[in-house]
Parts: sequence; structure tokens; C-alpha cells
Amino acid sequence: MADTTGAKDPFIDNLNKIYIGYTGGFAFFVVLLGILEQMGVPDRIIGYLFVFLTIGVYAYIGIISRTQVASEYYVAGRRVPAIYNGMATGSDWMSAASFIGMAGSLYALGYGGLAFILGWTGGYMLVAILLAPYLRKFGQYTVPDFLGARFGGNWARAIGVVVLITASFVYVVAQIVGVGIITQRFLEVSFLTAVFLGLAGILVCSMLGGMRAVTWTQVAQYIILIIAYLIPAILMSVKISGVPIPQLMYGLALERIEVLEQGFRAAGMVPPPGVTGWHTSPFIGANGQFSMNAAVNFFALIFCLMVGTAALPHVLMRYFTTPSVREARASVAWSLFFIFLLYFTAPAYAAFGKLEIYQTVIGQPIANLPEWIKNWQIISPYGTPWVNIVDVNRDGIVQWGDFRIHPDVVVLATPEIAGLPYVIAGLVAAGGLAAALSTADGLLLALANALSHDVYYKMINRDAPTARRLIISRVLLLIVAVLAAWTAGSMGADILFLVAWAFSIAAAGLFAALVMGVWYKKTTNAAACWGMAVGYLVTFFYLIWSEFYGLHFMETFATKEAILRAATATAALPMASAELKAYAAGLVANAAAIQDGSLAWFGSLWAGSGLPTDHVVLRGRVVGRLWGLNNISGGVFGVPLSFLTIYLVSKFTTAPSQAMQNFVEDIRIPRGGVRLADRREAVD
Amino acid sequence: MPLVESGPEPESATSAAVDPVTAQAYWKKTSSLMWTVLAIWFVAGFGVHLFAQTLNPIHIFGFPLGFYMAAQGSLIIFVVALFWFAKRQNEIDEEFGVQEDA
Repeated sequence: MADTTGAKDPFIDNLNKIYIGYTGGFAFFVVLLGILEQMGVPDRIIGYLFVFLTIGVYAYIGIISRTQVASEYYVAGRRVPAIYNGMATGSDWMSAASFIGMAGSLYALGYGGLAFILGWTGGYMLVAILLAPYLRKFGQYTVPDFLGARFGGNWARAIGVVVLITASFVYVVAQIVGVGIITQRFLEVSFLTAVFLGLAGILVCSMLGGMRAVTWTQVAQYIILIIAYLIPAILMSVKISGVPIPQLMYGLALERIEVLEQGFRAAGMVPPPGVTGWHTSPFIGANGQFSMNAAVNFFALIFCLMVGTAALPHVLMRYFTTPSVREARASVAWSLFFIFLLYFTAPAYAAFGKLEIYQTVIGQPIANLPEWIKNWQIISPYGTPWVNIVDVNRDGIVQWGDFRIHPDVVVLATPEIAGLPYVIAGLVAAGGLAAALSTADGLLLALANALSHDVYYKMINRDAPTARRLIISRVLLLIVAVLAAWTAGSMGADILFLVAWAFSIAAAGLFAALVMGVWYKKTTNAAACWGMAVGYLVTFFYLIWSEFYGLHFMETFATKEAILRAATATAALPMASAELKAYAAGLVANAAAIQDGSLAWFGSLWAGSGLPTDHVVLRGRVVGRLWGLNNISGGVFGVPLSFLTIYLVSKFTTAPSQAMQNFVEDIRIPRGGVRLADRREAVD
Repeated sequence: MPLVESGPEPESATSAAVDPVTAQAYWKKTSSLMWTVLAIWFVAGFGVHLFAQTLNPIHIFGFPLGFYMAAQGSLIIFVVALFWFAKRQNEIDEEFGVQEDA
């Protein structure tokens, strides 16, 4: 390894001083803006100052961290201390969806939303015990590097790159949409302008300095995002309970929510569509009774999110940057701790927001609603107002079911709900921006490195000099970024649901091969390639088929009664193509002729336990669900299949060479170097 | 598939850093720690939540216990377990003398 460890770096030596000074500076900046606001500076200027000054700081860090050294560009020189790598992983990990969306999902789904909290934290257990120390010991640059070295070269590497690109690209597009939404609201520019402004912010961070710049920017972004998330929650807690510890005090809010919900039901009201009427009750259907389907989906989602976390390359590659195996292990624990700080606050946001709305909005005349509601009755990029009052029975009173709030607003509007000054709203926007930018940085770097390092250098031109590799890497970074921004700009918010798919795809494609590569010495090259391909293809086709060809999916796996229901629903879809509707109407008109699907026996395996294959109407489509499982948890089929394939093919192919077994021995032990089975797999 | 099986050995590091017997004993102990932590992961991530309905009538500080476990309890277990794992694995490394050179 041509690492530069040992070289004196005044920046690394003074990390604590630098970041404490930075945190103090940021606090001072927020207070200063608060004073400016009191002196009458308009809100719009405050918004501009927040967005441009924070992006300016990230750009500054990006520029001073520029480098021409390959190990600095790809793995930050491998000298990021565990605790700082933990913070960087925290902001790398927590995206716009965590910062803006999660509390909103909890607001809407109640207990059901906790699957996200559990899934997105528990996955780090798998990272720590199964993968991170061994990938660090392996000591190269990327996750496909490991696949290539362990599983004999280009086939394994290429499949790894395909999975990585599929999973990371949809994910990065979603981050750019997130940046667009926030920038649009606080700078009052068009969505497309906002997207490209955000893109510029992302590129200055990562272009010049690669992983080194991204690491130190992500630490700075973590500090901003955690401050921005905790402060409004604390103020909200003070307002409602008088105690500034939201994580402890929202129990009282939950209790009051339960009582209020009971009262609403007793008064004959129903909750708005998409929102549960039993906030704290686990595994219940719309009628409040136990639902096997809800329970199975809850656990399946936890499983997919956990395994996906442990397979997403932009997270795993962060553990290539620590100085040692020991630090890599400690670093995963710190990562989880920093993520935990935000995730155990999110349910408090949801509970306080819900209680405030139940107490001050429901039952009020529409004419005298609080001011903040009027501010948010603007059209969102999803096509409906962020906050939408639909007076179903036209009585002029806001009933339980009349108040429709988009989940993304719960965090963004909290400062206004709690009657806090505008500077706090600007702080929340800066935090959301930090979350989206940091994740986009990490993802773009993972994508560009896969293309430049794994495809160009390792598969096309093994003799490329470092300077050319780094230039190609930056050009590819730019191309991928523009492509992602273009996709974000043209598809807008419709693409956000794809993020959840990234977890299932990464889980099914990569997890089994990575884990078996370390823990099962007899895993053969062919087995790993087949395992990755099977997991990836099964999951990918399942997702596409059930989501976009839901009726056809049902005609294959469902019973005739279920097919008829799906056809009826399809014929009634407002946005489906005329062709599809005509086809569905034809089926309905000729209902007696519908036969069970050719694989209906398979789809009905668990029908006796309350898990038949059925459909749901989501996102304007009829979406098929094998055994009632939402396709967000599509990985539950792919992950076990991938493990099984690897195990079985390994049994029937020649065992790996002694050199390969030595290599596996070496990565299992912290001390000493790594004997690669194929020397050509080494990086500088 | 034209898979590359093996190539020439690199010049350096041709011998293992630790003798095979120690390596095997070390790996056995490391594996058992892995299974222990994996069991904690499974119980905190899935097991307790199977009983969410049974736990929910118990209220602590207003929190229904089943809800609390999914919102905070399991997360705290995850964080503590990971710090414990890092410490325990370091002890195993030192016990077998396979820790990295300082």
C-alpha cells in the first residue's frame, strides 16, 4: 500500500480544534442571523444567507482538500480517525429522506413507520460484525475491488459494478430532488434552477478532492444537520411539556394522542387517507384489528433495510478510510451512535406534531386556522398543496379526515407550528440541505469510482498512469452528476419511491457474495457470480413486474377472484393508458371467463395464513403483491436465493485454490499484509 | 465462464503473519463472538417486536412498552452492543497476539 500514513498533516493533528471552532462559528452565525431577523431583515435574505453561507463552507473545505494522490482521492489517505469517520458515515448515510421524510412517515404510519427506524439502524450491526473490519484489512479502494480480488477478476467485478450503479443511481437522483425541493422553497427559484444550483454545491465538494474532500465536508455537514434536527425538537418539547428532552417527553404526547384518537372515533370521525388512526398500535389493518399482512410487511421491511444498509457501497467504502482494522470496528459503533442521535428523535417530532395538530386544528372552524397552515397551502412538486384542507362534509369545521398534510412538511413546518422565529426555519432548511448534499456526494463518488477505477482502470486499461486515472474519475463524476440532475429535473418527485428499491437491489445483489466471500472459505468464483446475478435479477424483475405490470403480475400469480378485483381497479385508474384500461374493462366484462393464474398455486401458498397474493392501488398504478408483500420489501426473495445459489454452486464447482484460501485467511486476521491470489488485483 | 483462477504470488508477504494453529483458534473465537452479536441483533431487531402487542398495555413515562422498544429500546441495544463488540474483539485480538502493529 502506498499510503501516506506517518506523514505529518497539520489538519489531521488539529481535527478537534478545527471542528470545535467550526461548531462555535456556526452557532454564532445562527445567533447573528436571529439578531438580524429581530432588527427587521426580511425572511428571504435570511434564507439566502443560510443556503449560500453553508454551501460556501462546504465548497471551501472541498477546495482546500484537493489532491493528486490516488490513495487520498479514493480512500482519504486511510487516516480518518474512528470518531470522525463515524460522523462522516452518519451524514453520508442520513439522506433527505431521513432528515425531511422520516418523521413525516412516522406521523402517517404510527407504529408501522418504526420499521424504518429499526431497519436503518440495525443494519450497522451486520456491517460491524460481518464486513467492515475485513474490507478494511483487504485494504484496496472499492467494493468491486474486493469482489474482483476474491472471486477471480472481471466477471465478479462487472456484476458488482452493475448492482452498484443500479442501486446508487436512483438513490442519488432522489437526493438531488431533495436538494431541489429545499432550494426552491428558500430561494424562490424554479425547480430546475434549484436542481442545478444544488448540483454545483455537490460538485465543488467532491470534484477536486475525491474521498478526502468528501470526508471532511461530510463531518462539517453532520454537525449542521444534527444541530438543525435537535433544536426545533427541543423547542417543541419545551412548548408542549416544559422539559427540553424531546426523546423522553414524547411519551406523554403519545398518551394524549391515544386518548384524542379514541375521542375522534367515538365521535364517528375517520382518519385522513394514508394516516393510521391508531398511532401506537402495532400490526393493525385499517379497521384497527390485528392484520397478519401488516405484521409480515413490518418484519420484511426491517429485514430488507438492514441487509441493504450492509450492502450499499457508498456506506461500505467509508470503512476503507480508517487507519486500521481496530479503528474500522470502533468507527462502525460511532457511526451508529451518530445516526442514533437523529433516529431516536424522529418519533418525538412525529408525536409532538400530531398532538399539536389534533389539539389546535381538528375541530376548529376552517375560517380561523393558525397562520402557519396558510403558509403551507402552496402547491408541492407532488401536485397537491403541502397542507390540504378538504372539507368532506362541507360543515366548515376541520374534521379528523379533512386535514391532509404531506409527510415531508412535518419537519419543515415544525418551526412554524411551534411559533418559532424564521431563523429556525432557515436552520432546518440548512440541515436538510446538508443531509441531501452529503449523501449525494458519497453516492456520486461511489458511482464515479466504480466507473473510473473498476471499469476503466481495472478492466480496460491496466497501464493507465495515476494522473490520467484521476482526470477520468473527475470527468466521469461530472457526467454522472449532470445525468442524475437531468433525470431529477425531468422526473421530479415521482422518482422518490425508487429509493426504497435501492436497498432491496443492493441487498439481493451484493450482501451474500460479500459475506460468503469472508466467512465461507469454499465459496468459488462461479458461485459468487451466479449468486449475485440471481439475487439481482430476481429482485429487479420482481420490482419492475409487480410495479409497472401489476395486472399482468396478478394474472400470473393470483386466483381468479383476485384477478377480477385487480382488473376492476385497473379499469378505474385515472392515470392509466387507454389501452390498459380497455384491456382491464374487457376482463371485467367477461368475468366468468377469467381463469386462475398459471402460478396461482404458488401465489396461494400462504393464503391460509391470511397472506394471499393481492394488489394495492399506489402511485396511480395497480401494484401486485406476491403473498401480500409490498414490493418495497422485494429483497426478502432475492437475499435468501442469493445465499442458496452461492452455497449450492460452491458445492458443485472446484474448491478455490490454495492461494485464494490463503488470501481469505489473511483478511480474517488484523496483523500482517494480504497475500492476493492474483497480483494484478492490487492497487498501487 | 472465463474466470481467472490464480496468478503468480506477489513478491512480498508470501508467508502468513500468524501460524495456522493460532489463526484457526483465533477464528473460532471470533466466529463465536460473531454469532453472539448476531443473536443480539436478531432478538433486538425482530424477536422483541413479535411481542409488541403484549408489551403495549404496559406504560412507562407514557410510552407503551411495545412502541418504546421499536422507537428507542432496540436502538439503544444496537449502539451498546456495537461498542461492546469492538471492545471484546480487541481483547480477542490481543489474546492471540494478532492485533495490528502499533
